[in-house]
Amino acid sequence: MTALIFFIFAGIAVFCGISLVVQKHPIASALSLIGVMGSLAILYLQLGGEFIAAAQVIVYAGAIMVLFVFVIMLLNAGAEGTSLEGSRFAKYLGILLLAAFLGLISFIIQAMLPSTEGVVFGAFRGGTAVEIGRKLFTAYLLPFEVTSVLILIAILGAIVLARKEI
Amino acid sequence: MDFLILSLIKAAIVAFVLLTALAYLQWIERKVIAHIQLRVGPYRVGPHGLLQPLADVVKLITKEGVIPSHVNKLFYIMAPWIAVVLALISIAVIPFGPQITVGPVTTWMQLTDLNIGILFVLAVSSVGVYGVALGGWASNNKYSLLGGLRSSAQMISYELPLALAVAAPLLLANTLSFREMVNYQSGYWLGFIPRWNVIPEIFGFVVFLIAAFAETNRVPFDLPEAENELVAGFHTEYSSMKFAAFFMAEYANMVTVTAVATLLFLGGWQPPFPEPYSDFVPILIFALAGLIALYHGLNPARRKDKYTLPAAALLFLGLAAIFGLSLFVPVLKEIVMALFGFCGKIGLLLFLFIWVRGTLPRFRYDQLMRFAWIFLFPLSMINLLVTGLVVALSSK
Repeated sequence: MTALIFFIFAGIAVFCGISLVVQKHPIASALSLIGVMGSLAILYLQLGGEFIAAAQVIVYAGAIMVLFVFVIMLLNAGAEGTSLEGSRFAKYLGILLLAAFLGLISFIIQAMLPSTEGVVFGAFRGGTAVEIGRKLFTAYLLPFEVTSVLILIAILGAIVLARKEI
Repeated sequence: MDFLILSLIKAAIVAFVLLTALAYLQWIERKVIAHIQLRVGPYRVGPHGLLQPLADVVKLITKEGVIPSHVNKLFYIMAPWIAVVLALISIAVIPFGPQITVGPVTTWMQLTDLNIGILFVLAVSSVGVYGVALGGWASNNKYSLLGGLRSSAQMISYELPLALAVAAPLLLANTLSFREMVNYQSGYWLGFIPRWNVIPEIFGFVVFLIAAFAETNRVPFDLPEAENELVAGFHTEYSSMKFAAFFMAEYANMVTVTAVATLLFLGGWQPPFPEPYSDFVPILIFALAGLIALYHGLNPARRKDKYTLPAAALLFLGLAAIFGLSLFVPVLKEIVMALFGFCGKIGLLLFLFIWVRGTLPRFRYDQLMRFAWIFLFPLSMINLLVTGLVVALSSK
């Protein structure tokens, strides 16, 4: 059952990922990205990271992508002209090269991590909000604070850039 | 398999009740607004227009679904269904009552309890904006696009105060599950003041309600469908069932948001009075309503009231009798008291939504944004900080 759900949502994620690149219209691409994020959230949920799953949907699919879609609509960006007008030979060569590249990557991963155990669904129990909060404020306090400063800098930068135009 | 069958039964009951309630919520809204404006509202179809929702549903289903030639077809058709599915999905984690035992079966009056139930509702509501935004964009119409844009900007802005207002009671109860949230709010201070979050979190509650009005695109924040500026906003180009889907989504969102407000701030299904007194509240209310209806039925103001009002009186007295009977049947009592507490609170909040719609004018767009960022956001932030401080100091 868990494997079935995994394959369904992994398939949706890969399909949406390909669709994101292939689609000509920016809105369609953005929606595909939302599909990727949504199915990733389901995968997190399966692995026991329930808080991460919720955060993934709230922050990425809910907030950031709404902003993306908003900007695309506001600028009324139309369909992009296709730029993939290469020769047929290049296309077939590309498929071959892609397959070789993927094979190489999977070989490297297998070589580097020879003794990795398979993932067991539901084995991980540290994904609740309580656990993550405790970890964030004890073991990972420094990275947490550094990230917050980073975000603060980004906000200040946005205000400074916007100020010039006002 | 027991689990599957039980879940199916519960889902069927909840879906049936919810969809019927959505149809009749619209009837109630039209009636209440009509009476606020000194009209009678729907009156022709059935007694007091009670069959109006049915007639509306039949009309919307049988109407021709026009798809304008200039729309982006895929997204145009997808948008209303995204809106309605995401609006209906959050009801799955809302608990309606405590654990009950009916014969051999022991179950919760809830479809499913997630550890992250509250986050789930927030997540679904934050994704829900796509229905409106996409619908506005795919219609390929200036007014629709402006409606969709306004709606996304408005929902991003009001999501912040909403989430911050939700966070404060979470700090108090130290949980993300609705069930534990309601359990935390059981009991009474000094023996008679209910331990609901609304008392320590009154600012959070007010901020939540205001943000909820904006999130559900209701008056006074219904800028996305402002008739005098945008024709009908994002659903200008929609007809028949696709329009009905947007309509249903709006009402389903209202039900969800009031249910969340009830669970987080008003103690869920917990009664407002201590045990022996609260048992008589529904009996008194329904008996009183029945007697009033009976009185007006005996002194009819309109011709047909002779028949309709005594029928209503019979219904209310019957409900009072059920609650009276439940005093002697513990199983029944658990169910009806929980349902009465929960539905009563949701009903009052929904009435507030309708009341506000009948009373307040619409905000201007810049006022809407300024209000969210300059007033609501800082207020909810301060509320959260103060709550956090109090919790931190008292936990030692």
